Amino acid sequence: MSVFSADEIMTIAASRELAGARSCFVGIGLPSVAANLARSLHAPGLVLVYESGTIGAKPTRLPLSIGDGELARTADVVISVPEIFNYWLQPGRIDVGMLGAAQIDRFANLNTTVIGSYDRPKVRLPGAGGAPEIASACPRAIIVMRQSKKTFVDKLDFRTTVGFGDGAGARSRLGMPGAGPRVLISDLGIFRPDPKTFEMTLTALHPGATVTDIRDATGWDLAVSGDLVETLAPSDEELEHLRRLHTNSMAKATD
Amino acid sequence: MAEFLTLKSAVATYVHDGDVVALEGFTHLIPFAAGHEIIRQRRRDLTLVRLTPDLICDQLIGAGCARKLVFSWGGNPGVGSLHRFRDAVEHDWPHALELDEHTHAGLANRFVAGASGLPFAVLRAYAGTDVAAHNSSIASVTCPFSGEVLAAVAALNPDVTIIHAQQADRAGNVRLWGITGVQKESVLAATRSIVTVEEIVDDFRDDRNAVVLPSWIVTAIAHVPGGCYPSYAADYSERDNDYYEAWDDLSRDRQVFEDWLEHQMYDQGRAL
Repeated sequence: MSVFSADEIMTIAASRELAGARSCFVGIGLPSVAANLARSLHAPGLVLVYESGTIGAKPTRLPLSIGDGELARTADVVISVPEIFNYWLQPGRIDVGMLGAAQIDRFANLNTTVIGSYDRPKVRLPGAGGAPEIASACPRAIIVMRQSKKTFVDKLDFRTTVGFGDGAGARSRLGMPGAGPRVLISDLGIFRPDPKTFEMTLTALHPGATVTDIRDATGWDLAVSGDLVETLAPSDEELEHLRRLHTNSMAKATD
Repeated sequence: MAEFLTLKSAVATYVHDGDVVALEGFTHLIPFAAGHEIIRQRRRDLTLVRLTPDLICDQLIGAGCARKLVFSWGGNPGVGSLHRFRDAVEHDWPHALELDEHTHAGLANRFVAGASGLPFAVLRAYAGTDVAAHNSSIASVTCPFSGEVLAAVAALNPDVTIIHAQQADRAGNVRLWGITGVQKESVLAATRSIVTVEEIVDDFRDDRNAVVLPSWIVTAIAHVPGGCYPSYAADYSERDNDYYEAWDDLSRDRQVFEDWLEHQMYDQGRAL
Protein backbone atom coordinates (compact mmCIF):
# COMPACT_ATOMS: atom_id res chain seq x y z
CA MET A 1 0.00 0.00 0.00
CA SER A 2 1.31 3.44 -0.93
CA VAL A 3 1.91 6.22 1.54
CA PHE A 4 -0.71 8.95 1.30
CA SER A 5 -1.51 12.23 3.05
CA ALA A 6 -4.64 13.14 5.04
CA ASP A 7 -5.64 15.58 2.28
CA GLU A 8 -5.26 12.84 -0.32
CA ILE A 9 -7.56 10.36 1.40
CA MET A 10 -10.09 13.16 2.03
CA THR A 11 -10.14 14.11 -1.64
CA ILE A 12 -10.25 10.50 -2.83
CA ALA A 13 -13.04 9.57 -0.40
CA ALA A 14 -15.02 12.60 -1.60
CA SER A 15 -14.51 11.65 -5.25
CA ARG A 16 -15.84 8.13 -4.58
CA GLU A 17 -19.13 9.66 -3.40
CA LEU A 18 -19.72 10.93 -6.95
CA ALA A 19 -19.79 7.45 -8.49
CA GLY A 20 -23.11 7.11 -10.30
CA ALA A 21 -23.90 10.83 -10.28
CA ARG A 22 -24.80 12.44 -13.61
CA SER A 23 -23.93 16.02 -12.73
CA CYS A 24 -22.17 17.96 -9.98
CA PHE A 25 -22.31 21.65 -9.09
CA VAL A 26 -18.74 22.30 -8.02
CA GLY A 27 -17.35 24.80 -5.51
CA ILE A 28 -13.72 25.89 -5.92
CA GLY A 29 -10.86 24.47 -3.84
CA LEU A 30 -11.11 20.97 -2.32
CA PRO A 31 -14.52 20.24 -3.94
CA SER A 32 -13.15 21.06 -7.38
CA VAL A 33 -10.18 18.72 -6.93
CA ALA A 34 -12.49 15.89 -5.78
CA ALA A 35 -14.97 16.44 -8.62
CA ASN A 36 -12.23 16.51 -11.24
CA LEU A 37 -10.73 13.35 -9.78
CA ALA A 38 -14.14 11.68 -9.93
CA ARG A 39 -14.49 12.61 -13.60
CA SER A 40 -11.10 11.09 -14.36
CA LEU A 41 -11.79 7.89 -12.39
CA HIS A 42 -15.03 7.00 -10.59
CA ALA A 43 -17.55 8.88 -12.74
CA PRO A 44 -16.12 9.32 -16.24
CA GLY A 45 -19.29 10.83 -17.72
CA LEU A 46 -19.81 13.26 -14.83
CA VAL A 47 -21.07 16.66 -15.98
CA LEU A 48 -19.17 19.34 -14.05
CA VAL A 49 -21.12 22.55 -13.55
CA TYR A 50 -19.48 25.73 -12.24
CA GLU A 51 -21.34 28.85 -11.13
CA SER A 52 -19.61 30.89 -13.83
CA GLY A 53 -22.16 29.28 -16.19
CA THR A 54 -19.93 26.56 -17.59
CA ILE A 55 -21.85 23.30 -18.00
CA GLY A 56 -20.01 20.09 -18.88
CA ALA A 57 -16.53 21.54 -18.35
CA LYS A 58 -13.73 19.03 -19.05
CA PRO A 59 -10.62 20.76 -17.73
CA THR A 60 -7.28 19.04 -18.39
CA ARG A 61 -5.80 20.81 -15.36
CA LEU A 62 -7.35 21.98 -12.09
CA PRO A 63 -9.12 25.31 -12.61
CA LEU A 64 -7.65 28.19 -10.60
CA SER A 65 -11.03 29.84 -10.14
CA ILE A 66 -14.67 29.11 -10.97
CA GLY A 67 -14.28 31.46 -13.94
CA ASP A 68 -11.09 29.92 -15.33
CA GLY A 69 -10.91 30.19 -19.12
CA GLU A 70 -10.16 26.45 -19.29
CA LEU A 71 -13.69 25.74 -17.99
CA ALA A 72 -15.32 27.85 -20.72
CA ARG A 73 -13.09 26.43 -23.48
CA THR A 74 -13.93 22.83 -22.58
CA ALA A 75 -17.63 23.24 -21.64
CA ASP A 76 -20.59 21.83 -23.57
CA VAL A 77 -22.35 25.15 -23.11
CA VAL A 78 -21.59 28.48 -21.43
CA ILE A 79 -24.50 30.52 -20.09
CA SER A 80 -25.03 33.63 -17.98
CA VAL A 81 -25.01 33.73 -14.18
CA PRO A 82 -28.78 34.42 -13.82
CA GLU A 83 -29.41 31.47 -16.13
CA ILE A 84 -27.18 29.00 -14.27
CA PHE A 85 -28.90 29.76 -10.98
CA ASN A 86 -32.49 30.26 -12.20
CA TYR A 87 -32.86 27.67 -14.96
CA TRP A 88 -30.36 25.00 -13.93
CA LEU A 89 -29.66 24.99 -10.19
CA GLN A 90 -33.00 26.19 -8.76
CA PRO A 91 -35.20 23.51 -10.43
CA GLY A 92 -32.91 20.75 -9.10
CA ARG A 93 -31.41 19.74 -12.46
CA ILE A 94 -27.92 19.23 -10.99
CA ASP A 95 -27.73 15.93 -9.04
CA VAL A 96 -25.09 16.77 -6.48
CA GLY A 97 -23.63 19.92 -4.99
CA MET A 98 -20.11 19.70 -3.60
CA LEU A 99 -19.11 22.35 -1.07
CA GLY A 100 -16.44 23.36 1.40
CA ALA A 101 -16.69 25.81 4.33
CA ALA A 102 -14.76 27.54 7.12
CA GLN A 103 -17.06 26.24 9.87
CA ILE A 104 -19.64 23.46 10.14
CA ASP A 105 -21.98 22.52 13.00
CA ARG A 106 -23.54 19.18 14.04
CA PHE A 107 -26.46 19.69 11.64
CA ALA A 108 -24.10 20.42 8.72
CA ASN A 109 -24.98 24.11 8.57
CA LEU A 110 -22.05 26.08 7.12
CA ASN A 111 -20.34 29.39 7.78
CA THR A 112 -18.29 31.12 5.08
CA THR A 113 -19.06 34.71 6.14
CA VAL A 114 -17.33 35.84 9.37
CA ILE A 115 -15.37 34.64 12.37
CA GLY A 116 -16.61 36.76 15.29
CA SER A 117 -19.56 39.13 15.07
CA TYR A 118 -21.02 40.23 11.75
CA ASP A 119 -20.71 43.95 12.46
CA ARG A 120 -17.16 43.79 13.80
CA PRO A 121 -15.69 40.48 12.64
CA LYS A 122 -12.36 39.15 13.79
CA VAL A 123 -11.95 37.63 10.34
CA ARG A 124 -14.04 38.67 7.39
CA LEU A 125 -14.44 35.65 5.06
CA PRO A 126 -15.57 35.84 1.40
CA GLY A 127 -19.29 35.22 2.06
CA ALA A 128 -22.03 33.14 0.51
CA GLY A 129 -21.28 32.89 -3.22
CA GLY A 130 -23.43 30.10 -4.62
CA ALA A 131 -23.34 27.79 -1.58
CA PRO A 132 -26.75 28.46 0.06
CA GLU A 133 -28.72 27.72 -3.11
CA ILE A 134 -26.50 24.76 -4.04
CA ALA A 135 -27.15 23.18 -0.63
CA SER A 136 -30.86 23.95 -0.89
CA ALA A 137 -31.65 22.96 -4.47
CA CYS A 138 -29.41 20.04 -5.40
CA PRO A 139 -31.05 16.65 -4.70
CA ARG A 140 -28.07 15.92 -2.45
CA ALA A 141 -24.96 17.71 -1.21
CA ILE A 142 -21.46 16.53 -0.30
CA ILE A 143 -19.32 18.59 2.06
CA VAL A 144 -15.56 18.27 2.11
CA MET A 145 -13.41 20.19 4.61
CA ARG A 146 -10.42 19.81 6.92
CA GLN A 147 -11.37 19.06 10.51
CA SER A 148 -10.33 20.75 13.76
CA LYS A 149 -12.04 22.28 16.79
CA LYS A 150 -11.91 25.60 14.91
CA THR A 151 -13.80 24.24 11.88
CA PHE A 152 -16.14 21.66 13.49
CA VAL A 153 -17.85 23.97 15.98
CA ASP A 154 -20.66 23.73 18.52
CA LYS A 155 -22.13 27.03 17.35
CA LEU A 156 -21.49 28.79 14.05
CA ASP A 157 -20.49 32.45 14.19
CA PHE A 158 -22.81 32.98 11.20
CA ARG A 159 -25.14 30.63 9.37
CA THR A 160 -24.40 31.24 5.70
CA THR A 161 -25.75 27.96 4.35
CA VAL A 162 -28.40 25.65 5.77
CA GLY A 163 -27.64 21.94 5.96
CA PHE A 164 -30.26 20.46 8.29
CA GLY A 165 -31.08 23.68 10.19
CA ASP A 166 -31.99 22.77 13.76
CA GLY A 167 -32.54 19.09 12.93
CA ALA A 168 -35.41 16.84 11.85
CA GLY A 169 -38.04 18.52 9.69
CA ALA A 170 -36.17 21.80 9.30
CA ARG A 171 -35.52 21.50 5.57
CA SER A 172 -39.14 20.90 4.68
CA ARG A 173 -40.29 23.73 7.00
CA LEU A 174 -37.87 26.03 5.15
CA GLY A 175 -39.13 24.87 1.74
CA MET A 176 -35.87 23.29 0.63
CA PRO A 177 -36.38 20.82 -2.20
CA GLY A 178 -33.10 18.85 -1.98
CA ALA A 179 -32.24 16.17 0.59
CA GLY A 180 -29.30 18.18 1.98
CA PRO A 181 -25.78 17.10 2.97
CA ARG A 182 -25.87 13.30 2.78
CA VAL A 183 -22.18 13.02 3.59
CA LEU A 184 -19.39 15.06 5.15
CA ILE A 185 -15.81 14.06 4.44
CA SER A 186 -12.92 15.41 6.49
CA ASP A 187 -9.23 14.60 6.58
CA LEU A 188 -9.98 12.26 9.53
CA GLY A 189 -13.21 10.49 8.72
CA ILE A 190 -16.64 10.33 7.10
CA PHE A 191 -19.91 11.52 8.67
CA ARG A 192 -23.51 10.93 7.60
CA PRO A 193 -26.77 12.34 8.98
CA ASP A 194 -28.56 10.19 11.53
CA PRO A 195 -31.85 9.15 9.87
CA LYS A 196 -33.92 10.37 12.86
CA THR A 197 -32.04 13.33 14.35
CA PHE A 198 -30.17 14.49 11.22
CA GLU A 199 -27.10 15.06 13.36
CA MET A 200 -23.87 14.33 11.47
CA THR A 201 -22.64 11.01 12.84
CA LEU A 202 -19.20 9.46 12.46
CA THR A 203 -19.57 6.44 10.18
CA ALA A 204 -16.00 5.79 8.95
CA LEU A 205 -12.48 6.39 10.18
CA HIS A 206 -9.73 7.09 7.69
CA PRO A 207 -6.83 4.63 8.09
CA GLY A 208 -4.74 5.64 11.10
CA ALA A 209 -7.39 7.90 12.69
CA THR A 210 -9.06 6.95 15.98
CA VAL A 211 -12.40 7.92 17.49
CA THR A 212 -10.46 9.80 20.17
CA ASP A 213 -8.55 11.81 17.52
CA ILE A 214 -11.83 12.72 15.88
CA ARG A 215 -13.59 13.63 19.14
CA ASP A 216 -10.63 15.85 19.97
CA ALA A 217 -11.06 17.63 16.65
CA THR A 218 -14.82 18.14 17.05
CA GLY A 219 -16.40 21.05 18.92
CA TRP A 220 -19.58 19.18 19.88
CA ASP A 221 -20.34 15.90 21.64
CA LEU A 222 -19.92 13.69 18.60
CA ALA A 223 -22.32 10.85 17.83
CA VAL A 224 -20.57 7.70 16.60
CA SER A 225 -22.30 5.06 14.47
CA GLY A 226 -22.67 1.54 15.86
CA ASP A 227 -21.50 0.28 12.46
CA LEU A 228 -18.28 2.24 12.34
CA VAL A 229 -16.02 1.11 9.49
CA GLU A 230 -12.58 2.03 8.17
CA THR A 231 -12.36 4.04 4.95
CA LEU A 232 -10.85 1.97 2.18
CA ALA A 233 -7.25 3.10 1.73
CA PRO A 234 -6.54 4.89 -1.57
CA SER A 235 -5.59 2.53 -4.38
CA ASP A 236 -2.43 3.13 -6.39
CA GLU A 237 -4.64 4.10 -9.31
CA GLU A 238 -6.53 6.69 -7.26
CA LEU A 239 -3.32 8.21 -5.95
CA GLU A 240 -1.79 8.25 -9.41
CA HIS A 241 -4.79 10.06 -10.91
CA LEU A 242 -4.94 12.60 -8.07
CA ARG A 243 -1.22 13.34 -8.24
CA ARG A 244 -1.36 13.65 -12.01
CA LEU A 245 -4.13 16.26 -11.67
CA HIS A 246 -1.93 18.31 -9.35
CA THR A 247 1.20 17.87 -11.49
CA ASN A 248 -0.63 18.88 -14.68
CA SER A 249 -1.93 21.97 -12.94
CA MET A 250 1.46 23.04 -11.72
CA ALA A 251 3.06 22.40 -15.10
CA LYS A 252 0.39 24.37 -16.97
CA ALA A 253 0.32 27.17 -14.45
CA THR A 254 4.00 27.85 -15.08
CA ASP A 255 3.70 27.71 -18.90
CA MET B 1 -26.34 55.95 -29.98
CA ALA B 2 -23.26 55.13 -27.96
CA GLU B 3 -20.61 57.83 -28.09
CA PHE B 4 -16.94 56.92 -28.51
CA LEU B 5 -14.88 58.60 -25.79
CA THR B 6 -11.51 58.21 -24.18
CA LEU B 7 -11.73 56.25 -20.93
CA LYS B 8 -10.65 59.36 -19.03
CA SER B 9 -13.43 61.40 -20.53
CA ALA B 10 -16.04 58.63 -20.14
CA VAL B 11 -15.31 58.33 -16.40
CA ALA B 12 -15.12 62.11 -15.95
CA THR B 13 -18.50 62.55 -17.65
CA TYR B 14 -20.49 59.59 -16.41
CA VAL B 15 -19.16 58.56 -12.97
CA HIS B 16 -19.93 61.02 -10.19
CA ASP B 17 -19.20 61.14 -6.47
CA GLY B 18 -21.95 59.31 -4.58
CA ASP B 19 -23.05 57.19 -7.56
CA VAL B 20 -24.07 53.54 -7.45
CA VAL B 21 -21.48 52.01 -9.76
CA ALA B 22 -21.64 48.39 -10.96
CA LEU B 23 -18.40 46.99 -12.40
CA GLU B 24 -19.29 43.58 -13.78
CA GLY B 25 -17.48 40.62 -15.32
CA PHE B 26 -17.45 37.20 -13.61
CA THR B 27 -13.71 36.46 -13.24
CA HIS B 28 -13.55 37.03 -17.02
CA LEU B 29 -13.64 40.53 -18.63
CA ILE B 30 -13.27 42.52 -15.40
CA PRO B 31 -13.11 46.27 -16.20
CA PHE B 32 -9.83 46.97 -14.38
CA ALA B 33 -8.71 49.92 -16.52
CA ALA B 34 -11.99 51.73 -15.84
CA GLY B 35 -11.68 50.98 -12.10
CA HIS B 36 -8.16 52.40 -12.13
CA GLU B 37 -9.40 55.51 -13.90
CA ILE B 38 -11.99 55.97 -11.12
CA ILE B 39 -9.15 55.73 -8.58
CA ARG B 40 -7.09 58.28 -10.53
CA GLN B 41 -10.01 60.68 -10.72
CA ARG B 42 -10.44 60.26 -6.95
CA ARG B 43 -14.16 59.60 -6.93
CA ARG B 44 -15.62 59.35 -3.43
CA ASP B 45 -18.67 57.91 -1.59
CA LEU B 46 -19.40 55.39 -4.32
CA THR B 47 -21.65 52.39 -3.78
CA LEU B 48 -19.75 49.67 -5.62
CA VAL B 49 -21.68 46.69 -6.97
CA ARG B 50 -20.03 43.43 -8.06
CA LEU B 51 -21.00 39.78 -7.49
CA THR B 52 -17.31 39.02 -6.92
CA PRO B 53 -15.53 42.22 -5.80
CA ASP B 54 -12.20 40.70 -6.90
CA LEU B 55 -9.02 42.79 -6.94
CA ILE B 56 -10.68 45.74 -8.64
CA CYS B 57 -13.01 46.49 -5.70
CA ASP B 58 -10.18 45.74 -3.26
CA GLN B 59 -8.17 48.47 -4.98
CA LEU B 60 -11.09 50.94 -5.07
CA ILE B 61 -11.92 50.27 -1.40
CA GLY B 62 -8.29 50.70 -0.31
CA ALA B 63 -8.08 53.93 -2.32
CA GLY B 64 -11.02 55.32 -0.35
CA CYS B 65 -13.48 55.52 -3.27
CA ALA B 66 -16.24 53.39 -1.71
CA ARG B 67 -18.80 54.09 1.01
CA LYS B 68 -20.71 50.86 0.46
CA LEU B 69 -20.21 47.49 -1.22
CA VAL B 70 -23.01 45.38 -2.72
CA PHE B 71 -21.61 41.89 -3.33
CA SER B 72 -22.02 38.13 -2.99
CA TRP B 73 -18.50 36.60 -2.75
CA GLY B 74 -15.53 38.72 -1.66
CA GLY B 75 -12.35 36.67 -2.03
CA ASN B 76 -9.23 36.69 -4.22
CA PRO B 77 -10.24 33.86 -6.60
CA GLY B 78 -7.87 30.91 -6.35
CA VAL B 79 -5.62 32.79 -3.88
CA GLY B 80 -7.40 33.73 -0.64
CA SER B 81 -8.51 36.96 1.04
CA LEU B 82 -9.08 40.45 -0.26
CA HIS B 83 -6.97 42.29 2.30
CA ARG B 84 -8.12 45.86 1.60
CA PHE B 85 -11.76 44.74 1.80
CA ARG B 86 -11.00 42.91 5.05
CA ASP B 87 -9.14 45.90 6.51
CA ALA B 88 -12.12 48.15 5.72
CA VAL B 89 -14.64 45.74 7.31
CA GLU B 90 -12.46 44.67 10.25
CA HIS B 91 -10.76 48.01 11.06
CA ASP B 92 -12.58 50.79 9.16
CA TRP B 93 -9.44 51.53 7.09
CA PRO B 94 -9.30 53.87 5.26
CA HIS B 95 -12.86 54.38 6.52
CA ALA B 96 -15.97 52.34 7.35
CA LEU B 97 -17.52 50.27 4.59
CA GLU B 98 -21.24 49.50 4.62
CA LEU B 99 -22.13 46.03 3.30
CA ASP B 100 -25.17 44.92 1.31
CA GLU B 101 -24.44 41.23 1.08
CA HIS B 102 -26.19 38.54 -0.94
CA THR B 103 -25.80 35.12 -2.47
CA HIS B 104 -24.83 34.99 -6.16
CA ALA B 105 -28.37 33.96 -7.08
CA GLY B 106 -29.84 36.79 -5.00
CA LEU B 107 -27.65 39.53 -6.43
CA ALA B 108 -27.95 38.22 -10.00
CA ASN B 109 -31.73 38.35 -9.59
CA ARG B 110 -31.57 41.93 -8.28
CA PHE B 111 -30.01 42.83 -11.64
CA VAL B 112 -32.64 40.76 -13.48
CA ALA B 113 -35.42 42.71 -11.74
CA GLY B 114 -33.64 45.98 -12.48
CA ALA B 115 -33.24 45.07 -16.14
CA SER B 116 -36.90 43.97 -16.31
CA GLY B 117 -38.30 47.19 -14.91
CA LEU B 118 -39.79 45.31 -11.96
CA PRO B 119 -39.50 46.34 -8.29
CA PHE B 120 -38.24 42.95 -7.11
CA ALA B 121 -37.35 39.43 -8.18
CA VAL B 122 -38.51 36.12 -6.73
CA LEU B 123 -36.31 33.13 -6.03
CA ARG B 124 -36.10 30.12 -3.72
CA ALA B 125 -33.28 31.23 -1.44
CA TYR B 126 -32.11 32.61 1.90
CA ALA B 127 -34.55 30.59 4.07
CA GLY B 128 -33.01 29.79 7.44
CA THR B 129 -29.76 31.69 6.80
CA ASP B 130 -28.30 34.67 8.67
CA VAL B 131 -27.68 36.44 5.35
CA ALA B 132 -31.27 37.74 5.13
CA ALA B 133 -31.24 38.88 8.76
CA HIS B 134 -28.46 41.37 7.98
CA ASN B 135 -29.87 42.78 4.76
CA SER B 136 -32.86 45.06 4.16
CA SER B 137 -32.97 44.31 0.41
CA ILE B 138 -34.02 40.70 1.13
CA ALA B 139 -37.61 39.89 2.17
CA SER B 140 -40.14 37.12 1.63
CA VAL B 141 -43.21 36.96 -0.56
CA THR B 142 -46.07 34.46 -0.72
CA CYS B 143 -46.88 32.95 -4.10
CA PRO B 144 -50.47 33.98 -4.98
CA PHE B 145 -51.00 30.70 -6.81
CA SER B 146 -49.45 28.01 -4.61
CA GLY B 147 -49.03 29.75 -1.26
CA GLU B 148 -45.31 28.89 -1.18
CA VAL B 149 -43.21 31.42 0.72
CA LEU B 150 -40.28 32.55 -1.43
CA ALA B 151 -37.49 35.08 -1.18
CA ALA B 152 -37.91 38.52 -2.71
CA VAL B 153 -34.92 40.70 -3.52
CA ALA B 154 -35.17 44.40 -4.32
CA ALA B 155 -34.40 45.50 -7.88
CA LEU B 156 -30.99 47.04 -8.37
CA ASN B 157 -30.68 49.94 -10.80
CA PRO B 158 -27.13 51.34 -10.79
CA ASP B 159 -26.49 54.94 -11.81
CA VAL B 160 -23.80 53.56 -14.07
CA THR B 161 -22.65 50.07 -15.05
CA ILE B 162 -19.16 49.57 -16.42
CA ILE B 163 -18.13 46.43 -18.30
CA HIS B 164 -15.30 45.30 -20.59
CA ALA B 165 -16.10 43.49 -23.86
CA GLN B 166 -14.15 41.94 -26.69
CA GLN B 167 -15.55 44.05 -29.53
CA ALA B 168 -17.57 47.05 -30.59
CA ASP B 169 -18.40 47.82 -34.20
CA ARG B 170 -18.13 51.32 -35.65
CA ALA B 171 -21.82 51.94 -34.99
CA GLY B 172 -21.26 51.25 -31.28
CA ASN B 173 -22.85 47.82 -30.99
CA VAL B 174 -21.08 45.68 -28.38
CA ARG B 175 -20.24 41.96 -28.41
CA LEU B 176 -18.85 39.82 -25.66
CA TRP B 177 -18.55 36.07 -25.39
CA GLY B 178 -17.17 33.28 -23.21
CA ILE B 179 -18.20 33.59 -19.57
CA THR B 180 -20.76 36.40 -19.74
CA GLY B 181 -21.72 36.68 -16.05
CA VAL B 182 -24.38 39.33 -15.40
CA GLN B 183 -23.07 41.89 -17.87
CA LYS B 184 -26.18 42.10 -20.02
CA GLU B 185 -28.52 42.42 -17.03
CA SER B 186 -26.31 44.94 -15.23
CA VAL B 187 -26.11 47.20 -18.31
CA LEU B 188 -29.85 46.98 -18.98
CA ALA B 189 -30.57 47.74 -15.29
CA ALA B 190 -28.41 50.89 -15.24
CA THR B 191 -29.23 54.50 -16.07
CA ARG B 192 -25.90 54.90 -17.90
CA SER B 193 -23.28 52.46 -19.14
CA ILE B 194 -19.64 52.56 -20.12
CA VAL B 195 -18.12 49.72 -22.13
CA THR B 196 -14.37 49.40 -22.65
CA VAL B 197 -13.45 47.13 -25.57
CA GLU B 198 -10.46 45.16 -26.76
CA GLU B 199 -11.06 45.98 -30.40
CA ILE B 200 -13.21 48.12 -32.68
CA VAL B 201 -14.19 46.24 -35.82
CA ASP B 202 -15.90 47.26 -39.06
CA ASP B 203 -18.66 44.73 -38.55
CA PHE B 204 -19.39 41.52 -36.65
CA ARG B 205 -18.77 38.71 -39.11
CA ASP B 206 -19.16 35.43 -37.32
CA ASP B 207 -22.46 34.10 -36.11
CA ARG B 208 -21.62 32.85 -32.63
CA ASN B 209 -24.37 33.44 -30.15
CA ALA B 210 -22.52 36.17 -28.31
CA VAL B 211 -24.15 38.75 -26.07
CA VAL B 212 -24.95 41.82 -28.12
CA LEU B 213 -25.73 45.17 -26.58
CA PRO B 214 -27.14 47.39 -29.32
CA SER B 215 -25.55 50.79 -29.72
CA TRP B 216 -28.65 52.67 -28.58
CA ILE B 217 -28.63 51.00 -25.15
CA VAL B 218 -24.97 51.84 -24.42
CA THR B 219 -23.95 55.32 -23.26
CA ALA B 220 -20.22 55.40 -23.98
CA ILE B 221 -17.57 53.14 -25.50
CA ALA B 222 -13.84 53.50 -24.95
CA HIS B 223 -11.23 51.57 -26.92
CA VAL B 224 -8.96 50.11 -24.21
CA PRO B 225 -7.02 47.03 -25.39
CA GLY B 226 -5.99 45.03 -22.34
CA GLY B 227 -8.54 46.97 -20.26
CA CYS B 228 -9.43 43.84 -18.27
CA TYR B 229 -5.83 43.02 -17.28
CA PRO B 230 -4.96 41.15 -15.00
CA SER B 231 -8.22 39.25 -15.65
CA TYR B 232 -8.68 38.02 -19.21
CA ALA B 233 -10.65 38.40 -22.41
CA ALA B 234 -11.39 35.07 -24.12
CA ASP B 235 -9.67 34.89 -27.54
CA TYR B 236 -7.58 37.99 -26.70
CA SER B 237 -5.64 37.38 -23.48
CA GLU B 238 -4.94 35.00 -20.58
CA ARG B 239 -5.45 35.74 -16.88
CA ASP B 240 -2.23 36.87 -15.19
CA ASN B 241 -2.37 34.56 -12.18
CA ASP B 242 0.96 35.90 -10.91
CA TYR B 243 -0.63 39.34 -10.48
CA TYR B 244 -3.42 37.81 -8.39
CA GLU B 245 -0.84 36.06 -6.21
CA ALA B 246 1.38 39.13 -5.98
CA TRP B 247 -1.65 41.19 -4.89
CA ASP B 248 -1.99 38.94 -1.83
CA ASP B 249 1.37 40.20 -0.54
CA LEU B 250 1.13 43.73 -1.85
CA SER B 251 -2.31 44.42 -0.40
CA ARG B 252 -1.61 42.90 3.03
CA ASP B 253 0.33 45.91 4.29
CA ARG B 254 -1.20 49.41 4.33
CA GLN B 255 2.09 51.17 3.59
CA VAL B 256 2.97 48.88 0.68
CA PHE B 257 -0.53 49.38 -0.68
CA GLU B 258 -0.27 53.16 -0.34
CA ASP B 259 3.05 53.11 -2.21
CA TRP B 260 1.34 51.12 -4.96
CA LEU B 261 -1.48 53.65 -5.03
CA GLU B 262 0.91 56.58 -5.24
CA HIS B 263 3.26 55.20 -7.88
CA GLN B 264 1.14 52.81 -9.92
CA MET B 265 -2.16 54.69 -9.84
CA TYR B 266 -1.73 58.41 -9.18
CA ASP B 267 1.53 58.63 -11.12
CA GLN B 268 -0.42 57.19 -14.07
CA GLY B 269 1.87 54.17 -14.29
CA ARG B 270 0.90 50.67 -15.28
CA ALA B 271 -0.37 48.57 -12.39
CA LEU B 272 2.29 46.34 -10.78
